[in-house]
Amino acid sequence: MNKSRSRGYGVFLIPGVLASVAVIVVPLVMTVGISFTRWPGIGTPEWIGFDNYTRLLHDANFWASFGHILSLIVAMAVIPTLLGLLLAAVLFDYVAKVFGNRWASLLRSGLYLPQVLPVAVTGIVWGWILHPSYGALNRILDSVGLSSLARNWLGDPKYALFSVMAVMIWFQLGYPIVMFMSGLQRIDPELYEAADLDGANWWQRFRAITVHMIRPEFYVVLVTTTIAALKVFGQIFVLTRGGPSNATLVPSYFAFKNFFEKAQVGYGSAISTVLTVIIVVLAFVFLRLQTRADRSVR
Amino acid sequence: MTATATRSPVRSGPPAARPARQWRPTRFVVLMALLVLLLLVVAPLLVVAVNAVKSPADYAANGPLSLPRSLYWSGIVDFWNRVDFGRKLWNSFITSALVAVLGVALSVLNAYALGIGRIKGRVWFLVFFLVANLLPQEVLVYPLYYLSKSLHLYDSLISIVIIFTVIQSAFGTYLLSSVYAEFPTELLDAAAVDGAGKWRTLLRVVVPVSRPTLAVLFTFFFIWTWNEFFLPLIFLISNDNQTVPVALGVLQGDRLMDATTTSASALIGILPAMLFFLLFQRTLTRGITAGAIK
Repeated sequence: MNKSRSRGYGVFLIPGVLASVAVIVVPLVMTVGISFTRWPGIGTPEWIGFDNYTRLLHDANFWASFGHILSLIVAMAVIPTLLGLLLAAVLFDYVAKVFGNRWASLLRSGLYLPQVLPVAVTGIVWGWILHPSYGALNRILDSVGLSSLARNWLGDPKYALFSVMAVMIWFQLGYPIVMFMSGLQRIDPELYEAADLDGANWWQRFRAITVHMIRPEFYVVLVTTTIAALKVFGQIFVLTRGGPSNATLVPSYFAFKNFFEKAQVGYGSAISTVLTVIIVVLAFVFLRLQTRADRSVR
Repeated sequence: MTATATRSPVRSGPPAARPARQWRPTRFVVLMALLVLLLLVVAPLLVVAVNAVKSPADYAANGPLSLPRSLYWSGIVDFWNRVDFGRKLWNSFITSALVAVLGVALSVLNAYALGIGRIKGRVWFLVFFLVANLLPQEVLVYPLYYLSKSLHLYDSLISIVIIFTVIQSAFGTYLLSSVYAEFPTELLDAAAVDGAGKWRTLLRVVVPVSRPTLAVLFTFFFIWTWNEFFLPLIFLISNDNQTVPVALGVLQGDRLMDATTTSASALIGILPAMLFFLLFQRTLTRGITAGAIK
């Protein structure tokens, strides 16, 4: 019966496929090809086989950049998704009911605010707040007598990555909240009423109903935020440019430097290709988990 | 487990009548915790707003945390004129609006074929769009840079619109296909019985019914494109073509940028985003409430 519906729909896919080939498939194939060459961006690329990749394996910066990504996944995907799920449930199911929708949407809007700001602006704001001499954070610490806690937040290799992580949590938290709250609207209120009748408390309802029903959104949010962490560039560019002494270097910035600063397009392509392979492999793992979860629901 | 213990006492009276009463002590703890969190999130922006309208002398004397002695607008006006900010606003706006409209349209077409049409090989198409959405822009940037130069589209807003329409619609297709996969069959069957063709069904049934989701997609596409930094940084090199984030981002660390000018520049970067946010806030809320009525 699905078969009868599936005829004649292919035509709707034509513009999407053509555009994707031009903007995504062709450049992707070219980058993978260039990764096997030495090429400064002009002239003819010189074929060097896997040399760029063997060079990567011995490049400490390359390994460091991927290590930093793990921390950023915690800050951009794990913490915001879990905290966002809890906050969305509290706002939807508790604040909205006890204090009214007005409070719930006020809080949602406020927490979502950092998401709507341009990354570059975020960088300006935080770069200034965390500035060692005239930054607001160190001034606040001074004024409450905690000047011993004042740090060169972005300039000290020991703290730079943690500072960036904190900024990322601030930046990212609103996205899961909005996604989850819109997903929660799908849940039949009768489910909650039935749980109430059974005497379930808030936490039990959260675990039994919310977490279960919100699963599709949960996967989408976890997938998209993890990808965002792997691809992070703008915040690093404006906050630290990968510094100090590569303490916050990430693969995308590492590739960017090779493309446009060092004119090592082949090496930059190899870095991008490795990053892409990692992301695609991760995606397939996610996809498998998602289909398995879908099946267990049905 | 505990489920049996909590299940046994049968409550008398309607349970939903006064749930607020029992929660009273917790109520304000929860609300206060949320308000503190809200304050932490919003505080950086407040600090920026306060210092953007403070004179450099006032800043030097009283630091970043005091309220301005008097409102000082020159910092903002000077910065606006120096970078021709109106031009950057228009560039950002037209790019984001075009991408949001075209991106949603492309997502709908793709998702119609994949989610509702369930065409052959749809799983592979979905995998493709998912992967396309995952790709780091770094793996596309150099060939795109190279190709756009040979097509004379380099340093032009058109190239940015085309690229982001495709990139955003990859996400839109993925999300919308899963929404359309659960599209009520009765509505489609009813349209078919009425003799509506596929285009008519799409425009008259599928798009109106899924409008809340499309509004959310539009909002995300607009904001994401407005905030994009990496590709615009590389593609829009001339002053006349820069978008707001690029214009502000490249000025960062400039020797001319003192503390109050930095705040002023941050504030005029924040304000348009806030404006769209307030506009979209309505769309989001409306979309969400409309989705609840089923």
